[in-house]
Amino acid sequence: MDDILSLKDVHVHYGSSHIVQGISLDLERGILAIVGRNGMGKTTLVKSIMGIVPVTSGIIRLLGRRIENKKPYEVAQCGVGYVPQGRELFRSLSVDEHLRLARREGAEWNSRRVYDLFPNLYKLRNQRAVLLSGGQQQMLAIGRALVTNPSLLVMDEPSEGLDPIVLETVIRTCKDLIKGGISLLLIEQNLHAATSLAGELHVMVSGTIVQKIESERIMHDKKTQDQLLGVSVEAG
Amino acid sequence: MNQILIQFMNGITYAGLLFMIASGFTLIFGVMRVINMSHGAFYILGAYMAYTIQKQTGNWLYGIIIGSITVGITAYIVRLLVSRVKGDLPQTVLTLGISMMIADLCLYIWGGLPRTVGEPMFTSTPIPFAGLTYPAFRFFVLALALVVGGTMWYMLQRTQLGRILRAGTDNRSMTSALGINIDRIFTLVFILTGFITGLSGAVGGTYIAFGPGSDFSILTYALVVVIMGGMGSIAGSALGALIVGLVDSFGRAYVHEVAIFLLMGTLIIVLAFRPRGLLGREE
Repeated sequence: MDDILSLKDVHVHYGSSHIVQGISLDLERGILAIVGRNGMGKTTLVKSIMGIVPVTSGIIRLLGRRIENKKPYEVAQCGVGYVPQGRELFRSLSVDEHLRLARREGAEWNSRRVYDLFPNLYKLRNQRAVLLSGGQQQMLAIGRALVTNPSLLVMDEPSEGLDPIVLETVIRTCKDLIKGGISLLLIEQNLHAATSLAGELHVMVSGTIVQKIESERIMHDKKTQDQLLGVSVEAG
Repeated sequence: MNQILIQFMNGITYAGLLFMIASGFTLIFGVMRVINMSHGAFYILGAYMAYTIQKQTGNWLYGIIIGSITVGITAYIVRLLVSRVKGDLPQTVLTLGISMMIADLCLYIWGGLPRTVGEPMFTSTPIPFAGLTYPAFRFFVLALALVVGGTMWYMLQRTQLGRILRAGTDNRSMTSALGINIDRIFTLVFILTGFITGLSGAVGGTYIAFGPGSDFSILTYALVVVIMGGMGSIAGSALGALIVGLVDSFGRAYVHEVAIFLLMGTLIIVLAFRPRGLLGREE
């Protein structure tokens, strides 16, 4: 069976700046987490997978099918749900309109199922999405990606701006989704979020994956945390 | 008093026509960020086609339909050309060039004399109104503008296409990342707005004479309406059209020599207090 996601020697440039430098990784099923400081190229990598920025060279496969340099809607139609950094909700649309916009006819995920997952969103369904709190917006961004009926969810820093309680809700939701069969490519700066979800982390520095490290090990190794991520977090 | 009422009616019926023209222009800008300088040319092309068909067949409705469809097809071709060009300025200049080509083609085919499309029979009887009689066709124009505006509102607020357009206006790449072929939707919008502009030309050409130079004149008015109302806002176009229609009507009736000055002065005052237009929003 093909891997859900496979990257082979992917390079991405912004003008003359070499942002992603030869990344290769494979996600068979389940979760793959990439961590790193700001400015290491994580979001650029995600956007190149989604077709939002062009890939200079390399191959990206989704379930065996090449998707590099396809248009974003083509990538999404292949089964990728995207939860971008900063959520990028539509300011003209209400909560319910976000879900109706993205849904697929006859798909497993629909508005009702998202509201069951996030009951708070149902109460706010007629509210303009940009007026929601950070946590509510994050739930909506996840729900919007789910109604596209993805095999793979790509989540770019879902913990950004969330308080610890809301973050735990998001982490629990991600675990349930993985158990339910959706694979997850997680990009994070928040070590707690990443280690809560993934047993192994891929550390990205200056556009390359420099190390794969077990979550359990990095949580107890402050020196590695500082060296690779510029942060130290108490092991939970 | 009667004069004032007549000018008021002239103003709001002209506003109806301006709204139909400007709404297409602002929708294309709002959704696609394209300033379509061939919009005025679309108007006169619709008018000329309606004129010819009506003359050949004696049927006004055929003229309107053919005029509208012709411009819809023309808009599709323009969209194909524009989509090949990258960058706002090159696209704008391209549409300006297309505008000149259409205007010259119309001059070549129809000559330099002003024309009007023959009025339909069903509006030949003036309507008594507040102690006056007022041309029925102008009421028809106002009613048509309300229908077009209402349909646009419904489409934008209550349909999937409308959701896509609003989302695409807010964030094009994110809309695409949800699996929506936004390029195809934009093409559809271009065709629809072309159709509406052609319809405006056919209808407008029925009670306002048109000829060489009308494309530039109507484009100028459309731009004033859109900028005054706020680029990308349909409701803004309605409000802008109302103001422009009334100022223009009363200006031409009472201070004809400075009517344009009055109109542009109104625009300047609005922008001084609302730089993004009356209902324009932050980018």
